[in-house]
Amino acid sequence: MIPESEYILEMEGISKEFPGVKALNCVDFRVKKGTVHALIGENGAGKSTLMKILNGIYTPDSGIIKFKGKEIKLRSPYDAIKNGISMIHQELSPIPNMTVAENIFLGREPLIGRVPIVNDKEMINKTRELMRSLEINIDPCALMRDLSIANMQMVEIAKAISYNSELIIMDEPTSAISEKEVSHLFKIIKNLKEKGVSIIYISHRLDEIFKIADEVTVLRDGEYIGTESIEKITREKLIEMMVGREIKQMFPKEEAPIGEVILEVRNLTKRGVFYDINFKVRRGEILGIAGLMGAGRTEVVESIFGLSSYDAGEIYIKGKKVKIKSPIDAIKNKIALITEDRKSGLFLPLSVRDNIIMASIDSYIKGPFIDGVKVDEFCNKQIEQLKIKTPGLMQIVKYLSGGNQQKVLIARWLLTYPEILILDEPTRGIDVGAKAEIHRLITKMAKEGKAIIMISSELPEILGMSDRILVMHEGRITGELYRKDANQENIMRYAMGITS
Amino acid sequence: MMEKDVLSETQKGVKSRVKLASNIQRYGMVLVFFLMVTIITILSPRFLDPRNLLNVVRQISIISIVGFGVTMVIITTGIDLSSGSVIALVSVVTASLAHPNQYPLIIPILVGLLVGGITGLINGTLIAIGKLPAFIATLGMMITARGLALIYSDGRPITNFSESFNFLGQGYLFGVPFPIYVLALTALISHIILKHTKFGKYVYAIGGNEQAAIISGIDVVKYKILVYTYAGIMTAIAGILLTSRLSAGQPTAGVGYELDAIAAAVIGGTSLNGGIGTIPGTILGALIMGTLNNGLDLLHVSAYWQQVVKGFIIVGAVLMDKQRRI
Repeated sequence: MIPESEYILEMEGISKEFPGVKALNCVDFRVKKGTVHALIGENGAGKSTLMKILNGIYTPDSGIIKFKGKEIKLRSPYDAIKNGISMIHQELSPIPNMTVAENIFLGREPLIGRVPIVNDKEMINKTRELMRSLEINIDPCALMRDLSIANMQMVEIAKAISYNSELIIMDEPTSAISEKEVSHLFKIIKNLKEKGVSIIYISHRLDEIFKIADEVTVLRDGEYIGTESIEKITREKLIEMMVGREIKQMFPKEEAPIGEVILEVRNLTKRGVFYDINFKVRRGEILGIAGLMGAGRTEVVESIFGLSSYDAGEIYIKGKKVKIKSPIDAIKNKIALITEDRKSGLFLPLSVRDNIIMASIDSYIKGPFIDGVKVDEFCNKQIEQLKIKTPGLMQIVKYLSGGNQQKVLIARWLLTYPEILILDEPTRGIDVGAKAEIHRLITKMAKEGKAIIMISSELPEILGMSDRILVMHEGRITGELYRKDANQENIMRYAMGITS
Repeated sequence: MMEKDVLSETQKGVKSRVKLASNIQRYGMVLVFFLMVTIITILSPRFLDPRNLLNVVRQISIISIVGFGVTMVIITTGIDLSSGSVIALVSVVTASLAHPNQYPLIIPILVGLLVGGITGLINGTLIAIGKLPAFIATLGMMITARGLALIYSDGRPITNFSESFNFLGQGYLFGVPFPIYVLALTALISHIILKHTKFGKYVYAIGGNEQAAIISGIDVVKYKILVYTYAGIMTAIAGILLTSRLSAGQPTAGVGYELDAIAAAVIGGTSLNGGIGTIPGTILGALIMGTLNNGLDLLHVSAYWQQVVKGFIIVGAVLMDKQRRI
């Protein structure tokens, strides 16, 4: 007789590679039966990839998964559910025009006898029972689209539980819900635990982890760092495990003369998104904005750029109050924004040339026409200066590498001659060589006297490039650090909302 | 998330295939055209008779001119279903002002253009400001304009035009039908606008990535309205030519022309996903359809079968477009 393992889940030597990125490198992960096991790490540490493997969404390149002591192969989320593993996803995927009950029983609707007709009454009753057992007060017949985000999240939770799984993965289940619902969720988790259900709990909030988890595993840059009992570990130690890497890359940081304030933001607030954002940026300065995913960094700069609105606060440029209602106003005020997602900024089916000139066409107009000679001249100059590797100006931008695409975007914005340059994750998904070149460019632009705001989730990048660092946590600025005082630990501490 | 990642993995592998497909798309239709011409010529040498060739070009002129506007609309990821009905509305209004000794020629022309422009302006406004799907807005215009044309003309054709008005659709200049000159001129203007003006660049930008266009400071609302207005004016030119050609303002004219114009654009490589398309492509698309009609006529293929063949060609073209967009 095989002795029963104390682990419900054993993942051993899991590796997964995406083009250009080693997302997971030989990661081990074990969860004990009937425990809450927290999984933490920075953005990009590999948590989501690992969980998607466990949920059958990705297939690992190597490694084995043992569930209840038996090796299993997971090819789809359906496989996972059949084996007794369900998942609450961070990104909600409700079908808005269907009812709560229909969403919960999607794909496994109770039928009337053997006829393929859905037994609505039974479905609604079962949902009502489920909600009652979880003490969630949501009408099974309500349409998903009419629910608040928090209630949608509660429905997702109820749905994951309704599979009667033995292992439930919860990926940031509390990111969209309020204090009250969080404690409710914790109560549900405790009940599940008593029934012997195991839970993998992913969260950026250390407080929650210390409140609910029994064990915690830390991942960093796709590597397994360690597993600790929550009773035997401190916050400090956890943060150290999360960030404790050496800064290997060299950053071409050069001190630029820092001049007068160009941009000042006062009390900028967008309810439910960010609150009381105050900061100044000076000529020649690189202001880094750090924070974890969902901290509201992108939303702040999008509001400054006029891409979305805000509820209160003021923006001053060179001491003058300005109203920026659209990107057109922002460009007039010499602001440039290189967005987080490259694809949302590029015109993929168009040529390199068209992509470069699109924000500054007025500079090449001669009479009713675009002066092609002048355009080519300007574009060639940019291609040369930014070292964009392209077979030619007419190359369709879709076929360039990520790094070169990013440079095309930078070229577009340099031709608007901005004084304030906002870069949102400028090197995400770019290979190391191109990264260094983009860093060099950013430094050069600062030296030319531009004020630069750089959002980045990579701590070495933030530390290597910034003169000053703002850290955001859940829509608020929780810390401001000068270059000389900043290190990975204190940034991460602010980013996790630990103020003491 | 999952799909995106899986896609990006496959993307690399098919990149070379995509490039090949893109070349097939670019030159494939030219090849198809010459193949068609060769086959038709072998089966019926009469096809190459200059008079027949001019006839083919004259026949495609109206659809092509409508197609130029439609091409721009489709490049922005829009669609215009109203062209056929707008042709009818322009036709009856123009006809009512084109009787002998009534007004100088310029009046019916200008009023016709104005009517077409206004319908386009309304389409554009509903789509850009009203945020209606282009399909719905122009479907509404399709039905409304047809109704207005019937009301205006009391459901009857309006005939009896001045000499000069008749010349527009029926006259010859240096042995070439006048509509062909109009075709050439509108093609040239549309091509230059699309390739060498700010307006043209923005048309591609909006269709290439509307969000990026907004971020780049492009007044997307304004340029969308302008595109539909331009399409309306092109449709009006086609409507005036057709009226003169038929010697009648017909409230029932132009039925189905919108689909022929869309087909010409799509066969010519304009992508319904936006951002891709050219005027020469659309002329080629119209030429392919025109040659097909003419050739099948010469070969005495029944009109019913002609429809079937046309259907195959259109679907084939869109299939190729899909291939290119893996």
